[in-house]
Amino acid sequence: MTAPLTEQAGGRTDGQQPAVRLQAVSKTYGQGKASLLALDNVALDVAPGEFVCLLGASGCGKSTLLSLVAGLDAPSAGRIDVDRRRIALMFQEPALFPWLTVSANVEMALRAKGLGKRERRDRAAEYLEIVHLGGFGRKRPHELSGGMRQRVSLARALAQDADVLLMDEPFGALDAMTRDLLHDELERIWRERDLAVLFVTHNVREAVRLGDRVVLLSSRPGRVVEDFPVTLPRPRRTDSAEVAEQAGEITQRLRQEVMRHGAAPNRVPREAAPDAR
Amino acid sequence: MAADTHARQIAGLDALELAPARRAGLLTRAWAGTWPVALAVALVLAAWQLVVLAGWWPEYVFAGPVTTLTELGHRLGEAEFYQALTVTMRRAVVGFALAIAVGLVVGALVSRIRPLRRAVGSLITGLQTMPSIAWFPLAILLFGLSESAILFVVVLGAAPSVANGLITGVDYTPPILLRAGHMLGFRRLTLYRHVILPASLPSFLAGLKQGWAFAWRSLMAGELLVIIANRPSLGEQLHFARELADSPGLLATMIVILVIGILVDRLFGLADNALRRRWGLHQVTA
Repeated sequence: MTAPLTEQAGGRTDGQQPAVRLQAVSKTYGQGKASLLALDNVALDVAPGEFVCLLGASGCGKSTLLSLVAGLDAPSAGRIDVDRRRIALMFQEPALFPWLTVSANVEMALRAKGLGKRERRDRAAEYLEIVHLGGFGRKRPHELSGGMRQRVSLARALAQDADVLLMDEPFGALDAMTRDLLHDELERIWRERDLAVLFVTHNVREAVRLGDRVVLLSSRPGRVVEDFPVTLPRPRRTDSAEVAEQAGEITQRLRQEVMRHGAAPNRVPREAAPDAR
Repeated sequence: MAADTHARQIAGLDALELAPARRAGLLTRAWAGTWPVALAVALVLAAWQLVVLAGWWPEYVFAGPVTTLTELGHRLGEAEFYQALTVTMRRAVVGFALAIAVGLVVGALVSRIRPLRRAVGSLITGLQTMPSIAWFPLAILLFGLSESAILFVVVLGAAPSVANGLITGVDYTPPILLRAGHMLGFRRLTLYRHVILPASLPSFLAGLKQGWAFAWRSLMAGELLVIIANRPSLGEQLHFARELADSPGLLATMIVILVIGILVDRLFGLADNALRRRWGLHQVTA
């Protein structure tokens, strides 16, 4: 699936091949009159080691976009260049296998790589250590809290040893404190492992807290509206004034986008408001 | 933030989030499981005695609990009873094992191959609803009064439930787990083996439980109809007790059949509970 990327490299990638490249990608569901255009002519590059947050209100096709990049679904038009063997996806839910222990869940990522049992177990322990769950390998997923399960899920994704990590609102269901801690963790892991991250969220502050860039998508159909570089020094804090300020700008733009839609033009969906979380 | 404080914060949150394990002691649980059963048995025995006392039937047609249980006690001391029990249980185990094998193969094929599903999917459910005793005339024609005739019907009775359990389990594999498996690099057969089959285990277990009930019923019907010389069995004892108008013996055998059915069902219940506990599907009762 490593499509030729010869002469087209460019843009933000500074001559380097992008880790993910979407060109004129559209996705339509259904056919004829009942068809729904979910994504319209989306172009997006993610450089190796870059952290890109995809932001949008409901219905902007954020998750659809990730599914396309992950290869779980095929685009209706356009092309996506990414090495599918070097890609991991973390879902909104932990999506752990309930019949396996925590350690065995992580080992599943290594099983497909054909490692031996012993090595799988040792490697799984290392990855669990990275997410601070070293002592929990023998537990079952249901014995852990939501935040811990999501960390197991992260460990499993990391265990795939991918270059690109796709994350679909992975911390959406967590409480604020746990989420803050996981932001710090994710940032550390991203730096240490030099990952390219494509992180989907509807939380503007979360996007500014984490991203090198925040890419704003419009809703129905999803289009790239604007690409905001975030140059604030790291580590950032979600509750800092700088993050709040930039989040405010982006929210303003998001409001305009949302207002173009629908019956209640002055109302911003709760989830898109900066102070909603 | 220093890395150390960070790790400690995480550890603190984790400790707070984890519910302390609470599970009653073995004795308490055993007692909680025993007394309702004991009460139910006592109620049944009392009702039985009342019916006998009412005198609708003479005592030699419908024996009372005391006579019957005494007879049962006698039988439990005789070698003949254990011979019959052995024969019946061997048939049950062999038949059920065969049914599982057939059900597994059929279920696996039907759940994976779409045209096959359309062709035989509803046929399996149809077979499930067919009373197994309706198969015996054909079975006796095909195999004569033999072990094979009984096995044939037992397998036909139980296999559809087993197959259906597996098919349902495969159908209801949570899509998110399929996607997760796909992302981890599992495809087709490996996805089936590592994700779909384990995910369908609870449903498969339910199919086994139902299959056992059908197998046991079919077996009793079979043993009543297909009586093989010098091969004593529970069904045969039932048959001869009626022929000889041995009411206590008949009722005693019925109790044995009932108890075996309940015990095996309990075993499946235990397996199901253990599975639910492992998977975290059990209801947390305060």
